[in-house]
Amino acid sequence: MNRLSRLGRRWWPRGRRARVVSVVVALAVVAAAVAGGVAASSAPGPVAERNLRISVADGPHGNQHVSLDATFFTPSGTGRAPAILLAHGFGETKDAVKPEAESLARDGFAVLTWSARGFGASTGQIALDSPDYEVKDVKGLVSWLATQPRVRLDHPGDPRVGIAGDSYGGGIALLAAAYDHRIDAVVGQSTWNNLATALFPNAEAGGGPADGVFKRQWASLLFTAGAGAAEPSSPGSGGSGSSGGSSGSAPGSGGSGQAGSGAGSGSSGSSGSAAAAGGPGTAGPLAAGGAGGGSLCGRFLPRVCAMYQEVAQSGKPTPQAVSMLEASSPSSVPSRMTAPTLLVQGEQDSLFGLDQADANYQALRRNGAPADMVWFAGGHDGGDQETARVESLTAAWFHRWLDHGATPAKTPAGQPGFAVTRALGLDPTDNSVSLGVAAAARYPGLDGTRQRTVRLSGPGQPVVNPPGGAPAAISSMPGVGSALGLSSGLSADMPGQFAAFLSAPLPTPVQLTGSPTVRLRVTAPHGATLFAKLYDQNQGGTATLPAPVVAPVRVPPSRSARVVTVRLGAMDYDFSAGDRLRLTVATTDSGYATSPNASVSRVALDGPGITMPEDPSLTLVSGGLPWWTWALPVVAVAAAVLLLAAGRRRRTRDDADPDLADVPLVISGLAKKYKDGHLAVDDVSIRVEPGQIVGLLGPNGAGKTTTLRMLMGLLWPDAGVITVFGQRVRPGSAALARLGSFVEGPGFLPHLSGRANLDLYWRATGRPAGSANFEEVLAIAGLGDAIDRPVRTYSRGMGQRLAIAQAMLGLPDLLVLDEPMNGLDPPQIREMRDVLLRYAASGEHGGKRAVIVSSHLLGEVEQTCTHVVVMSRGRRLASGPVADIVGEARDLEEAVLKLVLVPAGGAPENGERS
Amino acid sequence: MTTAEADRGPGAGYSPRRTLPLRIEAIRQLRRRRTMLAFGIMLGLPWILAAAFELGGGPSGNNGNDTVGLAHLATDGGLNFAAFSLFAATGFLLVVAVALFCGDTVASEASWSSLRYLLAAPVPRARLLRQKLTVALGYSLAAVVVFPVMSLAAGTALYGWHPLRLPGSLVVLPPGTALARLGIALAYVVVTLLFVAGLAFLLSVSTDSPLGAVGGAVGLAIVSTILDAVTALGNWREILPTHWQYAWLDALQPQVSWPSMIEGAVISASYAVVLFAFAFRRFARKDIVS
Repeated sequence: MNRLSRLGRRWWPRGRRARVVSVVVALAVVAAAVAGGVAASSAPGPVAERNLRISVADGPHGNQHVSLDATFFTPSGTGRAPAILLAHGFGETKDAVKPEAESLARDGFAVLTWSARGFGASTGQIALDSPDYEVKDVKGLVSWLATQPRVRLDHPGDPRVGIAGDSYGGGIALLAAAYDHRIDAVVGQSTWNNLATALFPNAEAGGGPADGVFKRQWASLLFTAGAGAAEPSSPGSGGSGSSGGSSGSAPGSGGSGQAGSGAGSGSSGSSGSAAAAGGPGTAGPLAAGGAGGGSLCGRFLPRVCAMYQEVAQSGKPTPQAVSMLEASSPSSVPSRMTAPTLLVQGEQDSLFGLDQADANYQALRRNGAPADMVWFAGGHDGGDQETARVESLTAAWFHRWLDHGATPAKTPAGQPGFAVTRALGLDPTDNSVSLGVAAAARYPGLDGTRQRTVRLSGPGQPVVNPPGGAPAAISSMPGVGSALGLSSGLSADMPGQFAAFLSAPLPTPVQLTGSPTVRLRVTAPHGATLFAKLYDQNQGGTATLPAPVVAPVRVPPSRSARVVTVRLGAMDYDFSAGDRLRLTVATTDSGYATSPNASVSRVALDGPGITMPEDPSLTLVSGGLPWWTWALPVVAVAAAVLLLAAGRRRRTRDDADPDLADVPLVISGLAKKYKDGHLAVDDVSIRVEPGQIVGLLGPNGAGKTTTLRMLMGLLWPDAGVITVFGQRVRPGSAALARLGSFVEGPGFLPHLSGRANLDLYWRATGRPAGSANFEEVLAIAGLGDAIDRPVRTYSRGMGQRLAIAQAMLGLPDLLVLDEPMNGLDPPQIREMRDVLLRYAASGEHGGKRAVIVSSHLLGEVEQTCTHVVVMSRGRRLASGPVADIVGEARDLEEAVLKLVLVPAGGAPENGERS
Repeated sequence: MTTAEADRGPGAGYSPRRTLPLRIEAIRQLRRRRTMLAFGIMLGLPWILAAAFELGGGPSGNNGNDTVGLAHLATDGGLNFAAFSLFAATGFLLVVAVALFCGDTVASEASWSSLRYLLAAPVPRARLLRQKLTVALGYSLAAVVVFPVMSLAAGTALYGWHPLRLPGSLVVLPPGTALARLGIALAYVVVTLLFVAGLAFLLSVSTDSPLGAVGGAVGLAIVSTILDAVTALGNWREILPTHWQYAWLDALQPQVSWPSMIEGAVISASYAVVLFAFAFRRFARKDIVS
């Protein structure tokens, strides 16, 4: 222990400065550790950004020229890097993906963003990710990347490139990868497998889009977004003339006549003829768009525009529409989908539901292509878009498939196989839903890894299709939900228009992952469009639609009952034990086109109930603890040890001087300088022998109290030695046990009685109760009954006497009293004098005690004390027996005054006699 | 350390290891009005909360909505009431209670001047701090524990013994599981309050004003909470000791989620260790002038 501390002393700097340094070092270590933990993200390198226009050729014959407005982001450095094509969503431009592009470029990728044809400053018209147009544009971009010196090449003309996009951008990502096998990896978010089934869904098992129900609300919103797309703001550099002479109409104004006329003239003969082929009946309004000053079609390719107008007006799919939409779908080229693909689909998506991603996944797996599936909390209907997580998943995917060998900085939660975001509960601090990610090694498809059938009950019920199809049930709010930040929970069924079937309270929780299926028996003499939804009805009776998805089915007219197997909307949802499943089948839904003709149908259950797919292998993954979670406690403990050990005050043995074992007090060379520089005590030496009562005298500021405080171990002396009965005195040293003190007023706990104070004080000293001499001491205090009153009720004199009594507890061999007579009346002063005289004269084992009294009552001191020490300005001026100090003066007062008034340094030093 | 018992005389029987026993320090603190008042509030507040729900006609919007907070569920039963009480008290009341016991302990002795007589007794400085800190932490723990326990009792008496309905979900936990979850939550709250204890204790040895020490600790905790509300600070907020103070709500999810609680506990305990060490260092070197 001692050796260790000596060793420590050698290594740790000592002194005040050193101590400050060590504290600063300790705190800096902690701060650095904490800051390091937080700022442990990858160091951002500067990203170069270049705006440019890239000319590509497309069209059915590859002879139409389009100028794409693009930005190329390159990472820091000069070497070649894998490239990423980052596509934007419908109605957006390349600017929408700029933040993600920059972040990927910082991650070490060369990133190309562009505004798709028909959007932003790019020329051309919207062809809905058509293989003839947008897909050929991307091929051109891939070829352009192969010419760039910063892009890594697999072969000449074949860059190492991935493609990612959200929604419309996701569609082009999947399609481009299918058509151009130079693309090495894909991330497709919130996108479609089959645009026809997305816009004309048919939830009957085995049904196709030809009998689908038109998703009118979403389709019209998308069309409006395209028709209102902003004109190219800069003059096009070539190719299509659609941008030439644009009047620069404001976005959202519904397009301009220029665009309409541009559509007719600029896109050369082939698209014009396609428009004519799309539907002769709609050529009129299209042509009128140019003349009337308002355009129906905006920047849509006329063929696409015509198709939309036809289905929107009839509410029914046409074979041409279905074939055109399917051409713009990965479903048309399933065997070509071979690139490693990460599919990211939203759980709050009534436009492109989880079933679309599922179809993409199945196609990829059939081709043996690596594919992972992520279901995130957001989607086209709003909810938490988990942007940061999706971006880090995207980066990790590209690192994995484009940048072999490079390990991503951080593997995001839910990387393996299949990851699902789940609502864990409400965070009451900000009323937000706290999310967690559950992951499984493999994506099981929409039928789960096992199924559970939950019995539903309810009689067959008539359902009315209202005339005009209104009012309609609400299951989602396309466009509005995401705009207002709403997600699910907004739903309503109209009375009389729906049939409801209820389960018993669930005995155990059901964690649904996939598409539930149910068999219905429908009798519809006039045909019917039906929308099936699954609610969670809690114990309070409130039903919640877990996700904004409905399953539409179209039942042809028939007098006899028809059994329909309905695949309900796919979702991941935890039905609690005690809740009920509630299936409703309604005739209307505000998101869909329904028949305006009034009719009544009958809906009943067929079969035992509803089949609920589950995937128990999905387990909640924790985000993983940052490394500082483990490092910080170690650093903190190290810092604490450093704080306690560094620059420690010297702790030597309580070295005893046996020669002084019988001398109550020896002070030699004592000095104390306060922090403000005031030298309160300067080289003071005092010696007190047994039986002496020593008066410590001097004016205010003489250093008396400072000396006594050092004697009590309250202050650290700067120099000098104090010994009590031969033992060194330092703060806390055991020698203090032989000292009783009263300095600068009493210190009691005001809420306790005088007796309790003395009792607890003595017990705090840890000494045996028997040696306290309570009765004797209490007699000296002379407080009578007041001893049992709380101390806060005491007068000053009472407190004073109690404090002196406390100092005498245990009858210490050395008693130190600072102004003991203050606050006492003359009889009490007299009594106190007798007490002190008696105290000093007697002692245990026949020895004598010593008393030190500091006072300014010089007359009193003269009568009480045997010796005096006179101090002034921190120095001892004189010491000795009272008679010697008085000398020839009239009394002690005059002698002391004389001493004190003499300029410092010239004071006559009386010899010590003891 | 040598026991240095005097071979004779009144110093006999002194041993540093016997000074200021925990029991004596506990008695010294127990009879104080401050202690009584603190425990009075801890025991009375649950009933005041319950009375507030009675006056207000029960929590508003308790209509089975699926996204309901703890406040809406408070009157569902004793367990829910205890969870709500803990939620209501986490941000301020418990912070004040801990700051009171740990901030007052040395500073009040200094303000009464009794500190110098304890040191002259002599109680070695490190021992004095250790004993006082132990007792202050003991009282803090008692206050923090007694509050939710009383809430549980009051809630059960008024609203019955029912399963715990979890906030924000439709999940219900059986009472046995719920009690264990509340125990986890309470244990976590105790650990997060260690930071407040460390801060208050450091201030307590640094000042002679008990009010300054207690107020300073509460004030700094509030500053930390305010900084935590500045979302522009981003990840830097994670090193704020109050950032994680509500992470115990993760124990009231259908499945307990540990990461936030582990991070919060690590942050708080690490701050506390350094602050306590700093307090001991300061006090050991200090000149006592009070």
